[in-house]
Amino acid sequence: MDSTSTPPRRSSPSRRIPIGVPLSPALNPNRQALPLGAGRVAAGFPSPATDHVEQRLDLSEYLVLHPEATFFLRVKGDSMTGAGIHHGDLLIVDRSLSPASGRVVVATLNGELTVKRLHRSRGKLTLKAENPAYPDIAVNDEHEFQIWGVVAHVVHTP
Amino acid sequence: MKTTIALVDGNNFYVSCERVFNPALERRPVVVLSNNDGCVVSRSNEAKALGIRMGVPFFEIRDFVKSHGLIWLSSNYALYGDMSARMMALLGEFAPHQEIYSIDECFLDFTGMPGKVSDHGRAIRCRVRQYLGITTCTGIGKSKTLAKLANHVAKTHRQYQGVFDWEELSLSEQDALMDMLDVGEIWGIGRRLAPQLQAMRIRSVLDMKRANTTLMRKRFNVLLQRTVAELNGESCMRLDDVAERKSQILASRSFGRPVTALQELREAASSHIIRAAERLRAQQSSCSQVTVFMHTNRFRSDDAQYNPAILVPLTVATDDTRRLIAAAMSGLESIYRSGFRYKKIGVMLTGLQAAHAIQKDLFCAAEQPRATRLMTTMDRINRIYGMNTATFACAGISQPWRMQTAQKSPRYTTSWNELPQAG
Repeated sequence: MDSTSTPPRRSSPSRRIPIGVPLSPALNPNRQALPLGAGRVAAGFPSPATDHVEQRLDLSEYLVLHPEATFFLRVKGDSMTGAGIHHGDLLIVDRSLSPASGRVVVATLNGELTVKRLHRSRGKLTLKAENPAYPDIAVNDEHEFQIWGVVAHVVHTP
Repeated sequence: MKTTIALVDGNNFYVSCERVFNPALERRPVVVLSNNDGCVVSRSNEAKALGIRMGVPFFEIRDFVKSHGLIWLSSNYALYGDMSARMMALLGEFAPHQEIYSIDECFLDFTGMPGKVSDHGRAIRCRVRQYLGITTCTGIGKSKTLAKLANHVAKTHRQYQGVFDWEELSLSEQDALMDMLDVGEIWGIGRRLAPQLQAMRIRSVLDMKRANTTLMRKRFNVLLQRTVAELNGESCMRLDDVAERKSQILASRSFGRPVTALQELREAASSHIIRAAERLRAQQSSCSQVTVFMHTNRFRSDDAQYNPAILVPLTVATDDTRRLIAAAMSGLESIYRSGFRYKKIGVMLTGLQAAHAIQKDLFCAAEQPRATRLMTTMDRINRIYGMNTATFACAGISQPWRMQTAQKSPRYTTSWNELPQAG
């Protein structure tokens, strides 16, 4: 019989994820935490890099500043091509940002989600498409309207 | 020091999660149904206004679909789980201690925090509504029981706008309000105890607050004695802010239709083991016992009834899905009887221990590092590419026995293929 008394702590990736933080597994900042230079070191010459180990850059660190408030949406249609937002692009929407005039936002309009540029002047809100084929939408009381979130980034595959 | 505890929860949580991604559900009566589309588990305010009660079987309210435009949805636990994790992370930032009590509610300990506690409640309400689109209610009091009751007041008394703190009322105002509240609203009383208390002329919360604690312990138990103390502002229950390792892991589901064939039971039991074993490894445990149980439908009096269970001990504790499946299959085969219409099968993993402290058996090979690597790899694949991307064929492919979720919404936040669309 044999039982290990002080076993080494197994570090499985799930253990290191703080509760509630993971957004989606693929954008989890803790997912591949292999530091550079952590590879096998041949006996003999130590790698000169071991003294300079740093975390590899992770795109989600750059794109997702507020993980709890960030959601991903898929673009449907071509109403925003002038702003470089195309059909099929991925919108990274951060609901913690305040929807200042001039920002691209996702809004709910009559039961649907829409992505447009928000303009606010003299208390009036307008949703502007960035494609001449689409008219501006002046928001009025008859619309069921709400700002859903602010588009922080767009991921486009050329 | 005076204890200050808040209970925060998300209103109509499942329906609220659905509405965030499907705004067409706003202002309409909506219900979310339990597993197998059986009973109502979440209701929008509009559905409540139609008189739809919590827990009613769907067939009883089906007529509302035509007559009142009622919308019903299957439950989408991938979505609710993710939204819950986000909400809990946000709430945890407001206080030093948090106890996550259920998918949509948690206790926060505000003891000794400066400022008006209800201001924190209002800040929470603002933050969670903006970040997640979910409306919260906060109840505050000197004990968990008072906080829970305050949450009920926050929900039902419009003038408090979703945040209520007992300490903002004078003692006589507190008593007057407690006099208006039914004893059944107290945490832990519920439908079973309320009639017994009412028979003792304890009808309101105030009656309970003034009840004789010794009598409560004699007639009922120490828990009820504690409830009385808590109603009097004496905090008896601490916050469990450390999520403890579970001592058992249960996975079970009802079938979508009665199941008679052993092969289908094998598939279902395997698929439950796969899920349970993932949870086992996530908490870095191994288990030494596997229980398999099944039920026939006790509501069908014409059906012959058979509700067997069997515990299968393992020689060496394991977290290897393949060994757990093998144990479950041997158990299942020994309790299976043909000729019954089974409604549900489940598995339970017990004898849990930390994975690294496994007692090894002299006559059995210790867990192979290869097996550990295989399981770790499968878990990682499934975490990245979604549940059951890498799985075991014994769980079946088409799984015709699975329950119906006819109206399940997309997994908006956990699957790249099911993201919400913006036009």
